[in-house]
Amino acid sequence: MGFLHRHRNLTPYLLLAPGLLYLGFFFVVPLGFLAYQSLESGNFDIGYAFTWAWGNYWDAIRNYSGHFVRSLEYAGIATILALAFGYPLAYWIAFRGGRWKNLLLLFIVAPFFVTYLIRTLAWETILADQGPVVSVLRNVGILGHDGRLLATSTAVVAGITYNFFPFMALPLYVSLEQIDGRLIEAAQDLYASKWKAFLRITLPLSLPGVVAGTLLTFIPAAGDFINAQLLGSPQNHMIGNVIQSKFLELTDYPAAASMSFVLMAAILLMVALYARAVGTEKLTG
Amino acid sequence: MTDGLTRVQLLRRAAAGGAFLTVPGVLAACGGTSKKAASTTANQTLAKTLRFSNWTLYIDINGKTKRHPTLDAFKKKTGTTVQYTEDINDNATYFGKIQGPLSRGQSIDRDIIVMTDNSRYPSLLIKKGWVEKLDKSAIPNIKNLEPTLQHPNWDPNRDYSLPWQSGLTGIAYNDKLTDPVLTVPDLLENPKLKGKITLLQGVGDTMPLIMAANGDDPTKVTDASWNRAFKLVKKAVDSGQIRQFTGNDYSGPLAKGDLSACFAWSGDVVQLEADNKHLHWNLPKEGGGIWTDNMLIPKGGNVYTASVYMNYYYEPKVAAAVEDYVNYICPVVGAKEVLLKQDPSIAKNTLIFPTKAMLANAHNFDANALNNEKYITAWQNLISG
Repeated sequence: MGFLHRHRNLTPYLLLAPGLLYLGFFFVVPLGFLAYQSLESGNFDIGYAFTWAWGNYWDAIRNYSGHFVRSLEYAGIATILALAFGYPLAYWIAFRGGRWKNLLLLFIVAPFFVTYLIRTLAWETILADQGPVVSVLRNVGILGHDGRLLATSTAVVAGITYNFFPFMALPLYVSLEQIDGRLIEAAQDLYASKWKAFLRITLPLSLPGVVAGTLLTFIPAAGDFINAQLLGSPQNHMIGNVIQSKFLELTDYPAAASMSFVLMAAILLMVALYARAVGTEKLTG
Repeated sequence: MTDGLTRVQLLRRAAAGGAFLTVPGVLAACGGTSKKAASTTANQTLAKTLRFSNWTLYIDINGKTKRHPTLDAFKKKTGTTVQYTEDINDNATYFGKIQGPLSRGQSIDRDIIVMTDNSRYPSLLIKKGWVEKLDKSAIPNIKNLEPTLQHPNWDPNRDYSLPWQSGLTGIAYNDKLTDPVLTVPDLLENPKLKGKITLLQGVGDTMPLIMAANGDDPTKVTDASWNRAFKLVKKAVDSGQIRQFTGNDYSGPLAKGDLSACFAWSGDVVQLEADNKHLHWNLPKEGGGIWTDNMLIPKGGNVYTASVYMNYYYEPKVAAAVEDYVNYICPVVGAKEVLLKQDPSIAKNTLIFPTKAMLANAHNFDANALNNEKYITAWQNLISG
């Protein structure tokens, strides 16, 4: 106690230490190792050596630009869909949920007590060629007589949207829930229409939730490979599929590592553009 | 049952295994002393425990006690307890896990591991010097090894490996949705099957069938035969004939009717045919595939104890007891005769005890091709768009 009392200014650092150590060990060190690996050359048989092989990055971009673009595209569409579905839902629970709020939230989270993989496999059943969804779509003429959903980009995007939905819905709910209802009442007292009150009061106040939700959805979705693996055809594979095959099947660690960094850079760029467009202060409220 | 699922399971088990199974010190002396270990035929004393890593659901089990009768009998016979871990679900993932310690000369705390020769890893482990030679003086029962499995090109004299089980790769089809699909050209070119077929992800699983259909020898791959086979598959991918490349996750869609036909493993088909009488499976006439799961002793493992166990497994009676629970192909000659008395339905199932003609028509894939960087890179790029 005496020591801490004398060096009171150390306290915040001591409190920060566990978090920093954790990040250091489990994020910075592996990331550094990955960066080192991404600049190695050679192959698994003769071994890899560090040679500042920047060519790995060029190869990653040149050979797999299609996969990078597809990943960002699928993740982007899935994020927009999750927002479109999630916002009305979160809004309704926050303002109309009443005493059922907790139960309704549980319904959003409940599927996530089941493993990620099993959930994705469930979509294989839902979208099966002989299943109800496809047969309805065929009957109303949206799908051709021989059309299918599985092994198409639609199935992959649908899977990603579903799998990351709570990451969108929960932050939205939290930000909507915190809105002081009296502000909306005040707006209406001042002759704002319901729509106008929503646009001028509710939407701006919920933006931190929108920003947090989109980031939490978009970032992991862009690196996902399970949905593309199980619900897509080879033409729908994302960069995550390539990275995992490079790492595990081909033991081409430098290529896999450099692709991981390119993906990280691409995501950072997208996030930076997004943050610039909506303003970072929205994230912190 | 898919790659991804197995990976999740594997990670979970790896965490559990790390907590329970590390036996530090037992083999500490062996870590990194490869020269010494290579010449330890003199050390013929049994260890107290044999640490055996295998694939899931791959050994006899008593449904009630969850114990493995053949392993208990081994303990009774030799005094050695088998620490049996089902932590292999996928060759690539398991290799990824053990290659770190092995490359640093550290023990992986296992005496026997099991890897499939339709992947590049068994041959790679030998080439890298990461596995021990068997102590054949302790394995007289090696004489019971099925003749067609005695000389794979990656271990021509079985100095490092012994088969645990094998499996056949052929074509499965659903007779409600299609006429019989018996050949590879029919599968890849019949317009009625467009978008309704899958091939297997592993190059060593799919290519033997393709090459055999081309009239090429899958056990000796040349650039010319590779290019012919690759072009054929690529054409079917580009035209949309092939819907996906799968692990054994083809079984759900095949049973449900999303797939009309696909490449499939005999071991899965035993179960699928039992559940759904519309499903059929054949080795293509031009030739099918065969893969073998091989027991290997990783560096630092106890060679003598592992060899004694392998000898035990190669007793027809023991192999028969395992076979009664496992739907794959038994590599031990004589097990069939034992089972004919005990469980004739298994002994007569040609998916478990294939005929000589079937075995002669099933090809392994060239291990050199599995390790050819140019081929496997091209393959991975093909199956992931």
